[in-house]
Amino acid sequence: MLQAGHSTSHLPKKQVVLPFYKSVEIAVKSIKARFFRSMITTMSLILAISFFSYTKFNANIAKTVFIADDKAAVQKLLHLGYEPVNYKDGQGTSPKERWILFLSLLVCVVGIVNTQLMAVTERFRDIGTMKCLGALDRFILRLFLIEAGLQGMIGASIGALFGVLIAFFNTFIRFGTSAWNFISFNDSGMVILTAIALGCMLSILGVLYPALLAARMQPVEAMKGKD
Amino acid sequence: MEASIVRVSGVTKNFTMGKSQIQVLKGIDLEIGMGEYISIMGPSGSGKTTLFNMIGGLDKPSSGSVFIDEVDISQLDAYELAWLRCRKIGYIFQTFNIIQVMTALENVTLPMVFGGISDDDAREKGMELLDLVGLKKRFQHKPFELSGGQQQRVAIARALANDPAIILADEPTGNLDLSTGEEIIFLLKMLSREKNVTIISATHDLKMLNVSDRVVWISDGRIEKIENRDELSISIGQISETHT
Repeated sequence: MLQAGHSTSHLPKKQVVLPFYKSVEIAVKSIKARFFRSMITTMSLILAISFFSYTKFNANIAKTVFIADDKAAVQKLLHLGYEPVNYKDGQGTSPKERWILFLSLLVCVVGIVNTQLMAVTERFRDIGTMKCLGALDRFILRLFLIEAGLQGMIGASIGALFGVLIAFFNTFIRFGTSAWNFISFNDSGMVILTAIALGCMLSILGVLYPALLAARMQPVEAMKGKD
Repeated sequence: MEASIVRVSGVTKNFTMGKSQIQVLKGIDLEIGMGEYISIMGPSGSGKTTLFNMIGGLDKPSSGSVFIDEVDISQLDAYELAWLRCRKIGYIFQTFNIIQVMTALENVTLPMVFGGISDDDAREKGMELLDLVGLKKRFQHKPFELSGGQQQRVAIARALANDPAIILADEPTGNLDLSTGEEIIFLLKMLSREKNVTIISATHDLKMLNVSDRVVWISDGRIEKIENRDELSISIGQISETHT
C-alpha cells in the first residue's frame, strides 16, 4: 500500500495505526459523552427488540400448547385469536405478526439512521480534526461501527430480556401454574440470543450510511461543516 | 540557502460556485527553509487559508504542486497522506479543534496513537509536552474546563506530539484576546527556535510580525511581496503610524 516509488527515499515505510482496544476506548468515551443522545438511539432499539422477543416467546408457547393439545389451554388461545395452523408447523408465527414485526424493525432502523445522521453532523469538526492528525477513513468508520455495535448490544440485551420477561409473566397470568408445562428454557434462550444478534445487526445497519458519509469526508469540508 | 522543507510551485486553485468558476489562487511560488517562522498575511478572501490548506495537504491544487521535503504531496495516496499529516505536519487552528470528549492529555497523545507509539511512551511524552506549554497540572481536564488560551496551548502540544518538521497554524490567535494571543505567539516562537520546527502561520494579526523571519503578503490570490524581518520593522512603524 505504501509502495509508491517516488517517495521511497523521503517517507519511511510506516503506516498510521489505531489499535482495536483504542477504538473501543474512544467509542465508549463518545457514548458516555453523549449519553442522552445514545439513550434515544438505544431506546428505539429496546422497544423494537422487546416487541420482537415478546412475540417470539408467545409464539413458542402457542406452538407448545397446540402440540401438547392441552384442552383448557388450547381453548384460551383460540379465544385470544391464535390459529393453530400458524403455530403447529411452518413459520411458527402468523402472517400478521410477521408483518407487524417487520414494520416495527423497519421503523426502528429508520429511527437509528435519523439519529445517527444527526450525531455524525454534530461531530464533523472532531472527524475533520482526527483526519488532520492522521486518521484514515477506516478509523472513522470503525469508530462509528464499534459505537453502534456497543449500543446495539446494550439496547438489544435490555430489549430482549424485557420482552421475554413480560411474555413470561403474561404466560402465567394466562395459564396459571400450568404455564410451567409450556415454557421451554432452551427456546427462551434461543429467542433472547436471536433478538440480541438481530439488534446488533439493526444498529450497525442503521449507522452504516451516516458513518460512510463521515469517513469519506475531506478534512477541510468536515471542519467547515459546523460553521 | 539551506534545503527547503516546503516548496510551492505554480499553485492555482479554482472553486466552482454554482455555474461560475472563481480562481482563488492565481499561481503561487514559495520556498520555505527548515526552521523558518513564516507568516502568511493578507485580508480575508485573499486566498491565504486556501494556500495554507494546500501546504498542509488538506486540499489539492487545481494545477501546480506542493513539495514537502521534496516530495510532491499530490502524488501521495491516502495512506501516505495520512502518515504525512500524522508525522510531518502539526496543525493548529483558529477554533482550537480540541476533541471535546477527550481530556487534554488524551488529545495530545492521539496523534502518537495513530503514529504507533506505545501507550506508556505516548503518556510520558504527552506530559512533557503539556509541561512545555504550561498545562501539566491540567492534563485531566476536558476542553470545556479550559479557557481559550489553554485550549490553544493543548492544540500546540498536540501539534508537537510526533516531532513534526512543520507546524501549520491557521489564525492561531484569531479567537483569543490580545495578551493571550501574544503568549501563544511567543510560545510558538520559542518552540520554533528550541525544536527547529518550521512554523507557517496564516494570520492577519499584526503582532505576529515581530516574531516572523519572513512575511508573505498575499492579496487577490497572488504573492504581493515577501519581506524579511529586517525590512519589517520599518513596515510595522508605518502601520502603527497609520493607526495612531
